[in-house]
Amino acid sequence: MSGRVITITSGKGGVGKTTITANLAVALALLGRHVTAIDADIGLRNLDVIMGMESRIIYDIVDVVEGRCHLYQALIRDKRLPGLHLLPASQTHDKTAVNAEDMVAICQELKGDNDFVLIDSPAGIEHGFQNAISGADEIIIVTTPEVSAVRSADRIIGLIEATGKGPGRLIINRLKPAMVRRGDMLDTFDVIEFLAIELLGVAPEDEAIIVAANRGIPLAYEQSTPASRAFHNIARRLLGEEVPFMSIFEQPDSILNRLRRLMHLK
Amino acid sequence: MAEATEIKIKGTRRGLSITLGEGDWQQLLRELDVRLGQADTFFQGSQVNLHTGKRDIEQQELEELISILANHNIELVSLQTSSEFAAEAAQALGVKLALPEPISTQPGIRALTEDPSEGLLLRRTLRSGQSLQHTGHVVIIGDVNPGAEIIAGGDVVVWGKLRGMVHAGALGDNEAIVCALELTPTQLRIGSYIAISPSEKRSKGIQPEVASVLDGRIVAKPWSGK
Repeated sequence: MSGRVITITSGKGGVGKTTITANLAVALALLGRHVTAIDADIGLRNLDVIMGMESRIIYDIVDVVEGRCHLYQALIRDKRLPGLHLLPASQTHDKTAVNAEDMVAICQELKGDNDFVLIDSPAGIEHGFQNAISGADEIIIVTTPEVSAVRSADRIIGLIEATGKGPGRLIINRLKPAMVRRGDMLDTFDVIEFLAIELLGVAPEDEAIIVAANRGIPLAYEQSTPASRAFHNIARRLLGEEVPFMSIFEQPDSILNRLRRLMHLK
Repeated sequence: MAEATEIKIKGTRRGLSITLGEGDWQQLLRELDVRLGQADTFFQGSQVNLHTGKRDIEQQELEELISILANHNIELVSLQTSSEFAAEAAQALGVKLALPEPISTQPGIRALTEDPSEGLLLRRTLRSGQSLQHTGHVVIIGDVNPGAEIIAGGDVVVWGKLRGMVHAGALGDNEAIVCALELTPTQLRIGSYIAISPSEKRSKGIQPEVASVLDGRIVAKPWSGK
């Protein structure tokens, strides 16, 4: 088995890289794939928290790199999904503790046993980001429909192109359909037109994400909310399926919908 | 006299610009000495930007040049070269390397031509953080996004949306022009003039425009196609 190493990155912080990494990992594992998620945000780890694995960390990626344990001793297996593992970051070191060659070596080894290796990149464009993309076969850029995030994404895409790893594919996260309808938020077309790269998916802002993070159970375990459905659609697109984009984000508001909303509100 | 064409001396806004072309270095130096001597008082106290193109220059050769200039009371302030060898020699002697360099050091941008006097055609989008610097004209087929910059000695043509920063005529040419299919730069500079795009959104259909300096201001006009 030779899996695909996909780095999830953004430039700007707070756009949802970690949430998307966790949820894509869960969604792909639910689809029967072997997945290992790597938290590359060394010194500021939180993928383990989102995935509810914090209390089970014994070794971390820095221990692996510095030879204190074998790679497989540091992997934490998900309690529900046997195909899902996490390689946690260290909280006590900083980003210089791991270099690009270490990252490439870890990815190469994990590729042998996984269909997907998902790397959660730290924010920024420095050392940590460079490490996170060093082992990647593919790159996913996450942005929100805000001017500052889109600008950061543009910068990141430029840096990724410079490494020869292609422009990557885009996820627009935390879109608020109501605001788009009012014309107060950039819509999908604005963002795509600006960044000019392939769109992998659009996920709406969803309060359930915060609840899920608090509980340490990624939303993608259930498909009941719009954001969760969006993550599953993205996972299926990664597997090469043609999944249509959810209509609510792209289509203008119909009179019927507006009426429904009015009645709902009153 | 054929050799005369190998030395070009020009006055620019930043001082004197001397270009040394092909040919034997010692002969060039002798000739330069003569030419500077012919108008000694004119060049007195000047600062010189030296252009040497692709030529590899030894540190010792550069020192000889500096001492000749010093004899005429001229100071060498910067060297513009596309030879790494010459650049090292300059740095060893504490001579600044001049900007704009013909080839950008920013990631992802490569110049397609080695000769800085030629135009540069780039078929790609310039993204935020990318900088393109070229002494000649620049043509981009693609967009120039906000946060990207182009600094050109000559004109700048963007076949796409120009939303970043552009400086045309950066070596002091106020006659330079900037044109784009959509001309909405963050900031536009031509020679020594600076302008920003009007902040109100244009409701009319966006059309190709040309910007140039007119009566001391940068003015953008629709491309008439005439």
